[in-house]
Amino acid sequence: MDVWNILEYCAWALAVLFGGHMLIDLARVDSTYDNDLLTSSREGEIELTQELHKL
Amino acid sequence: MTLSSAEPTVQAQASTQGGERLQLLRVLGPGHVWALGVGIVLVGEYMGWNFAVGKGGMIAGLVACWLAGLLYTCVAMIDSEVTSTVAAAGGQYAQAKHIVGPLMAFNVGLFLVMAYTMLEAANAITIGFLLDTVAGLQGHSGLHQPPFIVLTVVFLAWLNYRGVLATLTFNLVITAIAFLAIILLFVSVQLGASHVPLDFSAISTDPLPYGWLGILAALHFGLWYYLGIEGTCQAAEEVRSPARSLPYGTMAGIMTLLIAATLTWYVCSGLIPWEYLGQAGTPLFDAARVTGSTPLMVLLFIGTIFSTLASANGCINDASRAWFSMGRDRYLPSWFGAVHPKYRTPYRSIVFLVPIALIFALGAPLDQVVTFSILSGLLGYTFMTFNMVMFRRKWPLGTIKRGYVHPFHPFPAILLLLICAATYFAVFLGYGSQLIAMMCFYILASLWFHFWRYRFVRRGDQFTMPWPRPQGC
Repeated sequence: MDVWNILEYCAWALAVLFGGHMLIDLARVDSTYDNDLLTSSREGEIELTQELHKL
Repeated sequence: MTLSSAEPTVQAQASTQGGERLQLLRVLGPGHVWALGVGIVLVGEYMGWNFAVGKGGMIAGLVACWLAGLLYTCVAMIDSEVTSTVAAAGGQYAQAKHIVGPLMAFNVGLFLVMAYTMLEAANAITIGFLLDTVAGLQGHSGLHQPPFIVLTVVFLAWLNYRGVLATLTFNLVITAIAFLAIILLFVSVQLGASHVPLDFSAISTDPLPYGWLGILAALHFGLWYYLGIEGTCQAAEEVRSPARSLPYGTMAGIMTLLIAATLTWYVCSGLIPWEYLGQAGTPLFDAARVTGSTPLMVLLFIGTIFSTLASANGCINDASRAWFSMGRDRYLPSWFGAVHPKYRTPYRSIVFLVPIALIFALGAPLDQVVTFSILSGLLGYTFMTFNMVMFRRKWPLGTIKRGYVHPFHPFPAILLLLICAATYFAVFLGYGSQLIAMMCFYILASLWFHFWRYRFVRRGDQFTMPWPRPQGC
């Protein structure tokens, strides 16, 4: 087994890690928040929302 | 369960009705718009464009470069004007919805999603190929590529999931490095860093090896220099000042690409014989190898990897915004129209498109995937021509506020239509069956939308721009 074989296993592991993180977070958000809130975004509110966000 | 007021990360914004709404974050500037557009495209300079040289020789490659450049300059000008007024996620989809109608909008949305998802898959395949090449150079033959392809798609999707600012700042950095690598290669060769001198003798000895038809055939691959610059529109709902940032970012992007494309043709055609260049997998990297300079080889390899990653990253951003917008308008199930309460990204659309990209990246050949992407893009450009004419007719100058007004209307639209027609013919010469198969797919999807899906659309809610009544209606 050379370094490329090890990298292949590392790539699988990282892909599972990133993918798993996304899926777990998706499930957590979907079970925590009301779907009406999550899908409440509306197009065309540019002037109302521009520059108002806070990080 | 509803939103907790104690949750510090959630800052839902007040709607016009006084309730709470989650919107995408407005955090981007013109530099991010540039990074999105150029990032998607620049990989076309690193690979793909050179098949135009194989189809028609050196001169055909240059003519294709500049004709496609003209096409995309028209695209950038038209897009800048329309999107500076229809500043909504979905870009051309939102434009079609407001200017043409729902069925056109549905089709344009599908063109966008298919073009970007296919391009993302092609980029992931390319990453696997590049790593296989490196492994081969180190004596490891037969690298198992799927783990690297899967990691590319999943990591970039994860980055997109976590927020648009980090995603496009990442794109800005890697795109700038990839662009500077092309400039440095050109400057180094001009200063005599290459062991092999530039040689353009084939222009006089073998100007058009396949005649004028070769120029037409080359046009298909000339698109690779610029394919995807129109993706800047997808950031419309996330830029701080759409009317300013979108035209600036888009026009700066097309200027960058015109420079990069011409320098790429010049350096590669001068260093590599056209017969070889027309078949090369990584022409800029190969040109760096020809110079004999190890630093240039390393730089151009990094540029190739970075441009490929930037393209895949931008494609995930754009495809998910188009899919999200269609879900929000109920053109697709409204489940897709969700915004993440913390990261403010269209998280369900991002996750949903991951397996689709993987299916194509792992199960389809590269040329088929790229051709499907190009054809979907070409259909989108054709839409832009009559969309622009309808936009100016329905809302003439002075009736609505525009962030940018493109000059010489309607000539850019007419020119764009003519070049699109020539490119369809060129594509038909090489990929006629794919063109027909793709048209059948879009016709079936249109029938599904017209006879089934449109009944779920809230028709009054989809027209959101505060514009006056269109003229002639």
